[in-house]
Amino acid sequence: MINLKINGRPVQVEKGTTILQAASKIGVEIPTFCNDPRLKPDGACRICTVEVEGSIKLPTACTTPAEEGMSIWTESSSVVEARKEILQLLLSKHPMDCLTCGKSGMCQLQALCYKYEVKEPAYTAPTSSYPIDESNPFYYSEADKCISCGKCVRVCNELQNTNAISMVERGASTKVSPPFGMPLAESECVSCGNCVSVCPVGALMPKAKEKFRYWETKAVTTTCSYCGVGCQMDLLVKDNKVVEVQPAMGPSNQGLLCVKGKFAYNFVNHPDRLKTPLVRKNGKLQEATWEEAFEVVANKIKETKNQYGPDAIAAFSSARALNEENYLMTKLMRAVIGTNNVDHCARL
Amino acid sequence: MTNSIAEIKDAEVIFITGSNTTENHPVIGAQVRQALKKGAKLIVADPREIPLAKDADVYLKIKPGTSIALSNAMIHVILEESLEAKEYIANNTEGFDKLQEVVKKYTPEYAAEICGVDAETIREASRLYASTVKASILYCMGITQHHNGTESVMSLSNLALVTGNLGRESSGVNPLRGQNNVQGACDMGALPNVFTGYQSVTNPDIVAKFEKAWGVKLSDKPGLTIPDAVHGAEHGDVKVLYVFGENPMVSDPDTAHVKKALEKTFLVVQDLFLTETAELADVVFPAAAFAEKDGTFANTERRIQRVRKAINPPGEAKADWEIFTELMNRLGYEANYSSAEDIFNEIRTVTPQYAGITYNRIEKEGIQWPCPTEDHPGTKFLHVGKPARGAGLFVPVEFEESPELSSDEYPLVMTTGRVLYQYHTTTMTAKTDGINQMAPGHYIEMNSKLATAKGIQDGDMVKVTSRRGSITTKAIVTDIVDENVVFIPFHWTEGANVLTNGEVLDKYCKIPGLKVTGVKVEKLA
Repeated sequence: MINLKINGRPVQVEKGTTILQAASKIGVEIPTFCNDPRLKPDGACRICTVEVEGSIKLPTACTTPAEEGMSIWTESSSVVEARKEILQLLLSKHPMDCLTCGKSGMCQLQALCYKYEVKEPAYTAPTSSYPIDESNPFYYSEADKCISCGKCVRVCNELQNTNAISMVERGASTKVSPPFGMPLAESECVSCGNCVSVCPVGALMPKAKEKFRYWETKAVTTTCSYCGVGCQMDLLVKDNKVVEVQPAMGPSNQGLLCVKGKFAYNFVNHPDRLKTPLVRKNGKLQEATWEEAFEVVANKIKETKNQYGPDAIAAFSSARALNEENYLMTKLMRAVIGTNNVDHCARL
Repeated sequence: MTNSIAEIKDAEVIFITGSNTTENHPVIGAQVRQALKKGAKLIVADPREIPLAKDADVYLKIKPGTSIALSNAMIHVILEESLEAKEYIANNTEGFDKLQEVVKKYTPEYAAEICGVDAETIREASRLYASTVKASILYCMGITQHHNGTESVMSLSNLALVTGNLGRESSGVNPLRGQNNVQGACDMGALPNVFTGYQSVTNPDIVAKFEKAWGVKLSDKPGLTIPDAVHGAEHGDVKVLYVFGENPMVSDPDTAHVKKALEKTFLVVQDLFLTETAELADVVFPAAAFAEKDGTFANTERRIQRVRKAINPPGEAKADWEIFTELMNRLGYEANYSSAEDIFNEIRTVTPQYAGITYNRIEKEGIQWPCPTEDHPGTKFLHVGKPARGAGLFVPVEFEESPELSSDEYPLVMTTGRVLYQYHTTTMTAKTDGINQMAPGHYIEMNSKLATAKGIQDGDMVKVTSRRGSITTKAIVTDIVDENVVFIPFHWTEGANVLTNGEVLDKYCKIPGLKVTGVKVEKLA
């Protein structure tokens, strides 16, 4: 074990632990853009810079291993100065459109500029302005907002393993793109949106159907309703509508989702949803009250049971519904109606 | 799954067969590729050159429906080259002699002929699979949806047992379940022969247990499977059919036959939308979606996870459990559930595998069954040390060609599947515009040689005919399928399932052979 101090507080960690991990162990938060515990540390954004007593360099906390006897300061004046400079540099090529930017309230750059009171860019960099790539139906890429932290590229390459995007161009013109400048829609991209979910700024954004601000939403953690992987996800909700889906860290998905989980949630709030029971009258399905619909079904079941026995009634249960609902369906058929005629689409 | 999903990353060899993992279980597909990056080797056996075939160390482009021949040949090679887990077989299995007898004739050359692959590639796959005790088999409907689907699974289980690849971390036989709660629906006894937790309806002790719990007399006669019930409805024996959250008009084989049956019976449908099936109903109940209710799903690794209510259902739609509770009361059975948790607590009392799981315990992270007591951590992988039944039973199986392929009139093998962007019958996915932009409708994949022979070009409209009927669809000319194989995704109405066979079923579990249909293809004038 290694003993060190962070902001004067002692902490003991295992060999190989980074300064960032050691700080997190005692609840000291060091800001990051490019860090993600699932990825190999990269040190690209440098915002996690810290001061190590006795060293003139300010190392990045995400890539520097903790060493015996280290004394680290995470918010010293030289650290704050360095972070301000980084933020001012980032602002030099970042549009100042927080008033209308959809990421506002969830933007890490905005949050850190607020924290360190950075209002102006260091200088106006001679940058190229890139067109927005809107070719993918689910998300868009606004390269001018990219802070080149590279997290999206690493998620695509290390976790999703689709290798659709990489960092291209150099210096202030650096951007994230598929190879040879091809549009996202023509690339290997499988629209999983895992890059969008980790982007710390508004560079990779879902194409939102609803207008909302993140601070107007509440997040509800649940389980995806598509395939059997059981990915954990947060539904962001505003005014009784699901307005966005964010991956959550579940044991089976480790913070990843696919295109269906991430983007295909429109069915929930779709206008075609059934809103009342329907009963067939004169050959046509017509809106009915619950009372009427229940009566029709209950009478038909009673009648059929009396006349033909319980085995003349059968049910298909649902692999899409809850355990609790499947259980009740089987209980309805077995205990109430009196038949084992209940199956579901496991075979289909 | 006998293993957990997270264990895939630590497997040394992964054998994927009958599963287009990156499209149908994309988040597992990503984890397979993470494993490959860590050095795992990959074997893929699939009639289509699926995306993971490009990542594979050994790829076998087998003809649809020939998995048993392949597994038997792999076992043949493993025994011939003395690569089997001798100690594991001696201590943990029974029936090995019979297996040896049956696989004798499945030389790689013999199987190569059946499967349409090189004998040497079968040898390579066999050696690779047997090279470790950290080999994980991942399979899906490409193995099970056959007239001999159960035997196809048994042949994979034989392969795992012969190499001792079971009951350890990252080592096992792993069916990937295609729907969010298909595992849970099975666990809950939504099957005609078992109560919850796979307790048999023909076992008098079990029936007595449920009679006591539910306070009524119960039937000990196994019920009808879906294909049986559809058949029964068509012949007038099933008078009332209650379809809850399913769309058999698209998902079930032989659409014309399904339609005839559904029109004949009194049909109740409970769903989110007016599906193709609901359109035929006598009564439709509007149901709440997953985001509108509390409860639990069980995923493919047997993990019970929470579903949470985020919004209210639209209009008068109700949670399915509320609808059932009301119906139970109206039919004279008193039911007083005030929440899904109430129901879950009742499930725990009759289901040993779920007994130790509470909503409180799964608040942060789900638990994998079996979990018999509240201090039990749940079960990460099954068959530890020894297979659960005591000894792993080798059930030798013989390859048998599908009866679909007996006619020269329908010389091509049509196989079906899903695509990345759509889900099952598109009821949920097709409500998102971008999804329809990416995957707007059905098509047929055919090999360039077949296309040339028929004068068909990429994008042409073609007529595909089987013994059941015909459809018109768009040709995609691609060599990801062999010359005598075609593929049609089954998501869309008036598509693949117009053509499939609903009559020839697996003798054990009555699964239809959806993955092998004899068809012919003609260019539309």
